[in-house]
Amino acid sequence: MIINDISNSVAAGREGSSLLLSHRARRQQRLLGFLGSGFLLAVTSLSMFAVLFIFYFIARDALPFFQLQGFKQFFTSTHWYPSAATPEFGSLAIFVGSGLVTLGAALVAVPLGITAAVCLSDVLPFSVRQVVKPVIEILAAIPSVAYGFFALVVFAPLLQERGGHILQVAGWIIGAPVAVLVIVVVSDLLTDRMSTAHRPWARWALMAVLSAAAFWGLWKLGLSLGGISVTSGTNALNVSIILGIMALPTVVSVAEDAIQATGRELREGSYALGATRSETILRTILPAASSGIMAAVILGVMRAVGETMVVWMASGNAAQIPQPWYNMLQPVRTLTATIAGDMGEADQATGSSRFHVLFAMALCLLVFSFVCNLVSEWGVRRTRRKVGK
Amino acid sequence: MKKINKLMAMMAVVGMGVGAAVAGDANSIVVDGSTTVGPVAKAFAEYYMGKHQNVNITVSESGSGNGAKSLINAACDVATMSRPMKNSEKKAAQEAGVLAIENVVALDGLAVIVHPSNSRGNLTIEQIRDIYTGKITNWKELGGPDQKIVVISRDTNSGTYESFNTLVLKDAKLTGGAEYVGSGGAIRQRVLSTEAAIGYVGLAFTEGVKTLQVNGVAPTPETVIAKTYPIARPLFMYTNGRPKEGTALYDFVNLSKTAEGKRIIEDVGYVPVK
Repeated sequence: MIINDISNSVAAGREGSSLLLSHRARRQQRLLGFLGSGFLLAVTSLSMFAVLFIFYFIARDALPFFQLQGFKQFFTSTHWYPSAATPEFGSLAIFVGSGLVTLGAALVAVPLGITAAVCLSDVLPFSVRQVVKPVIEILAAIPSVAYGFFALVVFAPLLQERGGHILQVAGWIIGAPVAVLVIVVVSDLLTDRMSTAHRPWARWALMAVLSAAAFWGLWKLGLSLGGISVTSGTNALNVSIILGIMALPTVVSVAEDAIQATGRELREGSYALGATRSETILRTILPAASSGIMAAVILGVMRAVGETMVVWMASGNAAQIPQPWYNMLQPVRTLTATIAGDMGEADQATGSSRFHVLFAMALCLLVFSFVCNLVSEWGVRRTRRKVGK
Repeated sequence: MKKINKLMAMMAVVGMGVGAAVAGDANSIVVDGSTTVGPVAKAFAEYYMGKHQNVNITVSESGSGNGAKSLINAACDVATMSRPMKNSEKKAAQEAGVLAIENVVALDGLAVIVHPSNSRGNLTIEQIRDIYTGKITNWKELGGPDQKIVVISRDTNSGTYESFNTLVLKDAKLTGGAEYVGSGGAIRQRVLSTEAAIGYVGLAFTEGVKTLQVNGVAPTPETVIAKTYPIARPLFMYTNGRPKEGTALYDFVNLSKTAEGKRIIEDVGYVPVK
């Protein structure tokens, strides 16, 4: 037994696992460390190289289009006829279509998303939050083709048959809370100057008058919206709503992260100074998290711009600028749907312009996503710096 | 001892399973192309796989243009197309070493469809062309209600679009407000749910919608065979080289010449070739 112990400790000394290392052992350890970190660096730069290669290959195949056809027709003309005898590649209407559905999606996702993020982080009790957050994240897990199928088969006929009613109900749902908020704030502001004795019933009288006016206004708006007839259910409104729902989980997650990152100290300091909860949220937390919330909005927009299946199935794919430009009830065509829809005919051998124009569109999308990504990255970093983490 | 017996029994079963899989002739046919010819290909595949258990046939429908591309890139064995191969595609096939052999599988008439509540019964080819190029924009110009016509077309990937372009549009440009959808089934679905819509599909997709007469002739198998229906076209299956007699590919492609194949084509809605 004792002999075993002695021989073990001598062996340990020889291997250099005691405190003092020999030169060779130290060199060995440094080499192994270098190899290990080199391997990890290679794996990380693999993903970076993948992005660079995608950029390179798309740009390489997009440039011939601009060499053959130039920039003017692509960016200024609205005539998209790639298969005609004299092909025309005017993509202005397609860019406008992409912009329009992205704007619509942002209008749906941003207010809902930021409100949901504020609710999740500051308003809802923890047990409710545990249920609500996974449900919102399930929206991100639904495949986009399922959304597209729903938009085409369920939502489009619904818009066609009951479009007016849906718009009317939407008008009331959005208008009523906004009206209530405005009435309360305005009546408060106007009755501030009065003496304390008169103030309560003056405020009630003012609120009653303003409520009647708002009700009348909403009623009229509802009637005019209800009279709208939707000729084609596959239009920009359909796609905007579905894209907004798809972008919602992204906006909620990132905005909620940004709001949580402001930290407990900020909130407790605000409460300690006597602020109410709404004052804390509106005046302290949201401004502090503003760059992160902007990053969330931009990421949601990126999601909406890059979506293909939903727009290809449900946007109508008509290469025209709606008359007037904000008429969401007309079919539009987006860049992503054009690439997906024209892919089969655009053979490299048949018509090179037709093949390369799709790459030109892909390059535009890539550049747009890249710029959005950079801005959102700058935004997130600014929030972290502002809050001092 | 018991454990070893169980293990040996399991290994024997696995071995037999692997042996069976290897011994069976793993014959597979990949079909890609037109959404118009797709139902025929799928019906053929079901029938053939029912009779020969060891053959596996997969049918995709990504459009005639995509089908031609797949055949040229050797990604499929049979390209179904609702238009003949273009010269540029034949040239690309030659360059890729693919000998594209044409087989006429069935005849089809392009049916112009509208919503069942539409009061029109007949349209001339010129009227159809005017609707699709945007000269006629409202149903009231044709004696119907005051509704803006919702023009629906197949996307440019489609053989049906190419046939329509050649036979009706004569290469005129479609109006800017025309909607594009990806398959015959999608046109039918859109027309079924939109009152003011008009579209064009192969004969297999006319269930539930109202088909218009063109120049006074209704799209039926009889008028297509008699060549009195003005917008009719053949449906093709292209293969790389002539399939050898006795192979599953040969049987599949020549199914349209057998009595059973002709019955299947009639069931789907098209017109078998005599």
